[in-house]
Amino acid sequence: MAVSDVISQRAYVAAPQRSAATRLLEDERWLAAVLLLPTVILLGLFIAYPFVEGVWLSVTDATVGVPGHFVGLANFTALLHDSIFLVAVQNTFVYTVVATVFKLALGLWLALLLNRHFRGKAFTRAFVLLPFIIPTVLSTFAWKWMFDPTFSVINWTLFQLGLIHSRINWLGDPSLALISVIIVNVWRGVPFYAISLLAGLQTINPELQEAAAIDGARPWQRFWHVTWPLLLPVTMVVVLFSVIQTFADFQLVYVLTGGGPANATQLFATYAYQIGVGTGLLSQGAAVSLAMFPFLLIIVVVQLLYIRRVEVH
Amino acid sequence: MARVLLRNLNKFYDDVHAVKSVNLEIRDKEFVVLVGPSGCGKTTTLRMLAGLESISSGQVLIGDTVVNELAPMDRDIAMVFQNYALYPHMSVYDNMAFGLKMRKVDRSDIRKRVQEAADILGIQDYLARKPRQLSGGQRQRVALGRAIVRHPQVFLFDEPLSNLDAKLRVQMRVELKKLHNRLATTAVYVTHDQVEAMTLGDRVVVMHGGVVQQVGEPLELYNAPVNRFVAGFIGSPAMNFAPARLRDGDGKLHADASGFGLELPADVAARLRPYTGRDVIVGVRPEDLQVADGSYPPGLCFDAMVEVVERLGSEVLLDLQVGQQTMVASVEPSIAARRGDKLRFALQPERLHFFDASSEAAI
Repeated sequence: MAVSDVISQRAYVAAPQRSAATRLLEDERWLAAVLLLPTVILLGLFIAYPFVEGVWLSVTDATVGVPGHFVGLANFTALLHDSIFLVAVQNTFVYTVVATVFKLALGLWLALLLNRHFRGKAFTRAFVLLPFIIPTVLSTFAWKWMFDPTFSVINWTLFQLGLIHSRINWLGDPSLALISVIIVNVWRGVPFYAISLLAGLQTINPELQEAAAIDGARPWQRFWHVTWPLLLPVTMVVVLFSVIQTFADFQLVYVLTGGGPANATQLFATYAYQIGVGTGLLSQGAAVSLAMFPFLLIIVVVQLLYIRRVEVH
Repeated sequence: MARVLLRNLNKFYDDVHAVKSVNLEIRDKEFVVLVGPSGCGKTTTLRMLAGLESISSGQVLIGDTVVNELAPMDRDIAMVFQNYALYPHMSVYDNMAFGLKMRKVDRSDIRKRVQEAADILGIQDYLARKPRQLSGGQRQRVALGRAIVRHPQVFLFDEPLSNLDAKLRVQMRVELKKLHNRLATTAVYVTHDQVEAMTLGDRVVVMHGGVVQQVGEPLELYNAPVNRFVAGFIGSPAMNFAPARLRDGDGKLHADASGFGLELPADVAARLRPYTGRDVIVGVRPEDLQVADGSYPPGLCFDAMVEVVERLGSEVLLDLQVGQQTMVASVEPSIAARRGDKLRFALQPERLHFFDASSEAAI
């Protein structure tokens, strides 16, 4: 068959009739754009727009009902002289660091326990998730009752055991309030750590433990030299998520103390809410919540770099 | 260097009796292979010896010490695992040095011993690499290296070659044998591969259903299996079995099976005489089935139909239909047999195996 035959025959193969829209979608660039559109709309509407609007608000003097004018960084410089803001910054760091350390330690401990074989393992694993499943507002109200100076079940128990002789004012005492709030945060956060780290532990080949045992490593050495390094990438991701959530925590403190007493439990988020929504100073509230951004950015960048390094090695 | 003694060793998992009264003496510097199908208790036995599995009853002695209650680290053993079990986050060097570091061996001494092991195994160039950068064979060498740097009293191997491809397995098998000759350390090796068992073991322990079936040198197991299980497990292709009945005829002992009848010579008959009139199992190895020429006595010959011809180069495997049963014969490649051919085969009476039909013990 000559080349010309092939070419002429080809002409008889009817090309399917395609509409303009179909032809456009055959083009990968257009198809990609069309497929991305829903995501772009959702992200734009619910994340990018509020974020940009927040940034804009923070550089104006808008209040509820007043559009406001551009004032530059005046709101931010004002924050530096706001003693409550400075307390909130300090509280947020203490809250995040202490809660994260305890959540990690307890979560890891729980994960190691749950990784063993015992009767009722599946049930216990599901049960452990409970604090994580219950809506925070509900469980926090329960804690509020447990911390109530008059009706506190904790006080009652300690009193019956003879450990205390007067009521402890868990949420009313400025020095105890932050501790109490941290306790609830730890209680709520441990399941997330435990289950995530348990998933990480289960990817580690149990033969490694046996090899290490034969190699002469004691249980603690086996953990330190084998389990911990292999769990580290998972741990870092879990800590990253947890730190972001804890740093921006709102509901728990809002329900328990509302930031009080005397701003002893005031955090970034609660203060931003108090100023922006409670007082109606929208621009200043936006400035407070935006002040979180650089801190979170640094934390996220550092951790992501670290995770990448761990994964490469 | 030490001998290992297993005394009445038992393992129960809830209701399952996984290892049943195992008694075994492994001599100093001996290479003993535990072999059997999966679930036969060989790995459990090894793990009890290693201290990774608790001992339900009985004793394990390494040297003169009862080690039942000793932790794995205190038993002075080293183990090579099926999946290598290398620490993925450590370099090859650190993998090999880990056991020595844990035992607080002097740094320079560690360096020397790791280097020495790396030289023996030919992995000097990979010391800085991570396990995942190595091929399967190289990982296996590292796992061996981790064991030999420790200079343990006993080496334990848990199917160490089963993750390697066939060619590499043969090569590593030879190297393991050389390594053992060189190090002269007591070794216990678990495998389900009878060829590995036969080639590596000074002695082989065949296990089945948690029970030791036979302990012996490889050829002893091959030539004189104590029961039908060992006879069928050792040797490849496996031994052919045919049910038969022993009958006395004209003062001679006959074995009648489906498709063939044998007139047994006097020396074999003497041994089988008590079984006259009873059912037995005749066992014949594929390599003992010869294509008959005129020189064989007719009482030891039978006809068979060739069903499948497998040409392996050095030998030809013939799948035969003999009466009601199929048999495999391994014959010279010069035999030009084709499917459907009728061939006459001869048996060598002294190469036949007889088993009690009910107890399956060798007669």
